[in-house]
Amino acid sequence: MTANMPRFSNKVICAFCAALLMMVMPLMAAAQDEAPLLDSEEPELVEFDTAKIRRVAVPALVAPSPANTPAGNSTALGRQIAQVIASDLRGSGLFEPIGPSGLKPIALSEVTAPQFDHWKSRNAEQLIHGFIRVGADGNLTIGCYLYDVTFGSEITRLGFVVTPGEWRRAAHKCADAFYSKVTGERPFFDSRIAYIAESGPKDARVKRLAIMDSDGANHRFITTGRSTALTPRYSPNYRSILYLSYTDGNPRIYVYDVASGRQQLITSSKNPTFAPRWSPDGKTILYSMAVAGNTDIYKISVNGGAPVRLTSAPGIDVGGSFSPDGSKIVFESDRSGSQQLYIMNIDGSAQRRISFQGGRFATPEWSPRGDLIAFTRMGGGFRVGTMRPDGTGMRLLTNSWQDEAPTWAPNGRVIQFFRTARNSGKTSIWQVDLTGENERKLPTPVDGSDPAWGPVLP
Amino acid sequence: MKNKNSSNMLTTSIAILTLSALSACAPKTVDDLPPAAQGTGYGTPTTSTANQVIPGSQQDFVASVSSDRVFFDTDRFNIDVQDQATLQSQAQWLAANPNVRITVEGHADERGTRDYNLALGERRANAAKNFLVSLGVSPARIQTVSYGKERPQALGSNETAWAQNRRAVTIVVQ
Repeated sequence: MTANMPRFSNKVICAFCAALLMMVMPLMAAAQDEAPLLDSEEPELVEFDTAKIRRVAVPALVAPSPANTPAGNSTALGRQIAQVIASDLRGSGLFEPIGPSGLKPIALSEVTAPQFDHWKSRNAEQLIHGFIRVGADGNLTIGCYLYDVTFGSEITRLGFVVTPGEWRRAAHKCADAFYSKVTGERPFFDSRIAYIAESGPKDARVKRLAIMDSDGANHRFITTGRSTALTPRYSPNYRSILYLSYTDGNPRIYVYDVASGRQQLITSSKNPTFAPRWSPDGKTILYSMAVAGNTDIYKISVNGGAPVRLTSAPGIDVGGSFSPDGSKIVFESDRSGSQQLYIMNIDGSAQRRISFQGGRFATPEWSPRGDLIAFTRMGGGFRVGTMRPDGTGMRLLTNSWQDEAPTWAPNGRVIQFFRTARNSGKTSIWQVDLTGENERKLPTPVDGSDPAWGPVLP
Repeated sequence: MKNKNSSNMLTTSIAILTLSALSACAPKTVDDLPPAAQGTGYGTPTTSTANQVIPGSQQDFVASVSSDRVFFDTDRFNIDVQDQATLQSQAQWLAANPNVRITVEGHADERGTRDYNLALGERRANAAKNFLVSLGVSPARIQTVSYGKERPQALGSNETAWAQNRRAVTIVVQ
């Protein structure tokens, strides 16, 4: 963990407990029973009706001793944090948050003793509220309390100590805790996305590497757009980004170091390289290389060394995505005459086709949970869908003129992709859950394509 | 053939002038060189005719060959009879301009996924290159680059536009 990351360790929870102790002594026993939120265990799967939208009240966090911070007054931050929590939950498609606008401000005493009757009168099924304090060292202590209004019971509580500039992460962690507890799925809001920001006319598109939080905040352009950038992939530790650039006039894969801003080629080969991917442990890079027009898939260690060629069929073998356990790779090949999905072992052995449903299949991406493979299916329109790794259970989640390039949320339950408009060629990034019912467009400053979702931040 | 020989000689004379200009300006930085050399070339009596086309240039190439590009069917990269005639005219011009190097750009239409289209553009550029090589053009003179679906020529989203965008275009390296 780098120095500028917020501290979300057990120790921090205890620091929070100490802060809480001073303010609300009677509740310490309950607080100590709470395990840290993000443990390594699979959350227990509970039946969650994704068709039912739940109404959640999210009033502004109370700031008992308002103070100014570099990120603004703590009272204003309390409201903004509630706004981010509400926005995250609304974006998941599973919740209908109300507030913070239109809700009554809460008193500090309510944080641990909610007025359930009041929230029932607002037709809220659940309640998220809390407090924000500015410490002597300038850091923020943010308490987040989740309640079931219907049953009048506490769901969980958690606290964070963050620098003022990282308040959004505390909001995402709070929304993640709520989402995770209520749905039984793993969290995903506190994560980032690398993508390609697009602007300009269709025949002279400017394409820049850019990064942002999963909700579009903290947006940053990385490349200037002087040379076309394509297909980024965040490393599992967020420290570097693989992407394609025409910097030297040819399509070649670079690895960009986020902290230093430096980049380097992944191989010294003069052949065009494209479609870069990380292994789940971040130690291996998968890429495609064309030699005399024939494209095959290779892998190379992030530390360099000799590349290993994994495919040799005549035809285009391209892309690829590791299974989360790192043992297999799903990739696309047109060796049968059209683009189809294949699975192989990581040494290239045992290659076999898994897509037989009709139409062409491309851009396979293995779910972080391992249970599904997302893809682009071309047949009439371009649609994003999923199938099991054995090729069964195909489901199409979108239906537009051209949707392509799915990328998985860290919890494997939400997919982002990009949509191209007919004729204008304008692109936008969209998000859909596995029901296919909850689809929304992500806010980006300019057009966007090639989204690549990273893991949940530590 | 007579025309082609004379343009060939002209290219040689420009090359010599360029070389002498280069050696005269040897200590200067690269950025300073081109204007002086080109100015000398333009000023030679042989190009003072009405025709402003510089032999061996992209303009000369486009004016001399039947087309600077060949077209492909969806997901295909084979060189058909029409493509062969086009590439034969390009090979003739390249034979007459032996010092010229070219880049063959491979393109795909927008109705494909990004990575696959980059690979497809490579295939198409190499198919055109290989046919030129089979006609006697040295492979050392030909570079290839794929732009996938990144640089469409026709801007519509219909069969006519896509057919124009599935292409391999020969560009003279200046």
